Amino acid sequence: MSWWTEFPQLSRVELMQLRKTLDDAYLEFSREHGGAIEAFFDPLLTFLVWFEKLLIAAPWWLVIAALMAITHMAARSLKLTLGVGIALFGVGFLGMWEDTMSTLSIITVCTLLAILMGVPTGILMARSDRAQKVITPVLDVMQTMPAFVYLIPVVMLLGIGKIPGVIAVVIYAIPPVIRLTSLGIRLVDKDVLEAADAYGVRPWQRLIKIQLPLALPNIMAGINQTIMMALAMVVIASMIGVSGLGQPVLKSITNQYFTLGLLNGGAIVVLAIIFDRVSQAYARRSQRYMKGA
Amino acid sequence: MGSPVIEIQSLYKLFGEHAKQHLARVKAGDSKEEILSATGHTLGLKDINLSINAGEIFVIMGLSGSGKSTLIRHFNRLIDPTEGKVVVEGQDIMTLNARQLRSFRQRKMSMVFQRFGLLPHYTVLDNVAFGLEAQSQSKQQRLASARQWLETVGLSGYEDQYPAQLSGGQQQRVGLARALCTDAEILLMDEAFSALDPLIRSEMQDQLIELQGQLKKTIVFITHDLDEALRIGDRIAILRDGELVQVGAPADILLHPADDYVEKFVRDVNRARALTVNTVMQPAQHRISVNTINEALAQMRTRQVDYAFYVNEQGYQGALSQQRLATLAQHDGSAELANDHYEEAVIVSPDAVLEEVIPQTLEQSMPLAVVDDEGQLTGQLSRDDVVQVLSRSAVK
Repeated sequence: MSWWTEFPQLSRVELMQLRKTLDDAYLEFSREHGGAIEAFFDPLLTFLVWFEKLLIAAPWWLVIAALMAITHMAARSLKLTLGVGIALFGVGFLGMWEDTMSTLSIITVCTLLAILMGVPTGILMARSDRAQKVITPVLDVMQTMPAFVYLIPVVMLLGIGKIPGVIAVVIYAIPPVIRLTSLGIRLVDKDVLEAADAYGVRPWQRLIKIQLPLALPNIMAGINQTIMMALAMVVIASMIGVSGLGQPVLKSITNQYFTLGLLNGGAIVVLAIIFDRVSQAYARRSQRYMKGA
Repeated sequence: MGSPVIEIQSLYKLFGEHAKQHLARVKAGDSKEEILSATGHTLGLKDINLSINAGEIFVIMGLSGSGKSTLIRHFNRLIDPTEGKVVVEGQDIMTLNARQLRSFRQRKMSMVFQRFGLLPHYTVLDNVAFGLEAQSQSKQQRLASARQWLETVGLSGYEDQYPAQLSGGQQQRVGLARALCTDAEILLMDEAFSALDPLIRSEMQDQLIELQGQLKKTIVFITHDLDEALRIGDRIAILRDGELVQVGAPADILLHPADDYVEKFVRDVNRARALTVNTVMQPAQHRISVNTINEALAQMRTRQVDYAFYVNEQGYQGALSQQRLATLAQHDGSAELANDHYEEAVIVSPDAVLEEVIPQTLEQSMPLAVVDDEGQLTGQLSRDDVVQVLSRSAVK
């Protein structure tokens, strides 16, 4: 009756065997298909490198002006626009311009990828209860699994570099946009949808003209969360060779450089605040119609 | 009035996963409560048979939970029946596939909703044009017609506002304009005015009646308000717990309620305002159609009446009293009956609302002549008739 007093577990040898089998199988898989998968991501890598170089090579004042212009178009707030300009200038003035641009480029690409994949997934999840049942636990795993753990297979497969970084960031950051897209669509007023059906709208029209616009506040909240999570992931991603503000932070952790860590951490915060305020202001502006007279 | 446009044939609706299976219970006559506790299914509608004519305003009335909103949603298949047929213009719409159903909804029927159902992110003008957008009309075309309908409902100048900026009454006008904009022959109105305050509601009712005068659509109107039903309905169907209790003209329902349920509904209605003269009047009892005073007097004496209506080929001429004719006969009995021989009696129109004629009826001891637009005598309205109709509710 040993199982009564001791936990019935696999023996060490068996466990070792199990791990070895899985590791070998995965290694085999990555040796076999690693090249093909890498080739698949090649266009993305090319774009990523091009975009990063573009941001770094462009005159600093042009980049700041462009970002201010985008802020102004999205938020229509002079205060916010000026704030963005001053914050970016400050970051550059403290010697972090290139790293900030690297981070900006990777965050932008990751966010776009997350939206591109997350919104359709969210739509699917909203339309089918079965899809929701399957996707929800997957999202739970993605959000709770420690990020380091899924860095391992990604690195095994693709080595160290930008692409595995992007994949890790997207995996970590995509759940909110999926969840909130689904939630937003499910929350759209049933009366409005019934009225639309009574006038014989096509399913596609119903999605594009009614469900998505009315779900937009929630979708924007999801995108906002996704951006924030992507920024938080930048430091971890720097462990596998993603350049940007994460690198100096990592360096200051290992070397106990307090100020360096603080400054670079501060720059990440600045980027986060810019993304957050701009996307929220845009979401608010797109909801003008909700206000009464 | 014309041939039936919409026919509902033995329609049943049971809500729940295995509705078809449990339908037998409904047909066996089990009550709503019994079915719910035994099967967990809710009985929505039971054996509904209706036929709605072209150009009429057909009101479906019932309390909340009576199934009226469920019923109207069967007309355009927002809800599918468990069993039964819905025939619109001769076509059983249960046979339509998804594409045909969309086109049917786009062109045949439009709908106005209790909570408006406007698109909050569309401007007023785009909302009105929405039905046409669903039909894939070009933007220019649909906005032009939308502008016109917006003007018809009296909301010009609000084109670029958003629904949230309008009051409830204005929003429902937008809803109405949207429904009219598609040019559908049939208009479904689901408690369209119930969410509005009383003053706006009666304004909207007037507007609907006025519009209907020009448009002659077939309107199915749902309400829980009997006054509203009586006011706008050409015919009224009363629904109770998913069953049709009575279908008839407003006066029918009011004067001959089919059972206690309808009776209870009808009790609090202001009859003076709901009934028109022609529903209360009696056939004119004493018509005189001779030409001279003497002949008239003789007839009245043989019939032993003091009071009569004089009618000739041109129609109703005036009221005569025996007493006055006797006085006149002493003077010149062979004279033809003429204007100055008549009593100073008021005539009323058969379409007048009872309330309007109450003062005249009460002032006169003799019955009033009811004369239609063509000048023909169609009946008489006595003080007793009016009193009896108005007091019946109180007596019961």
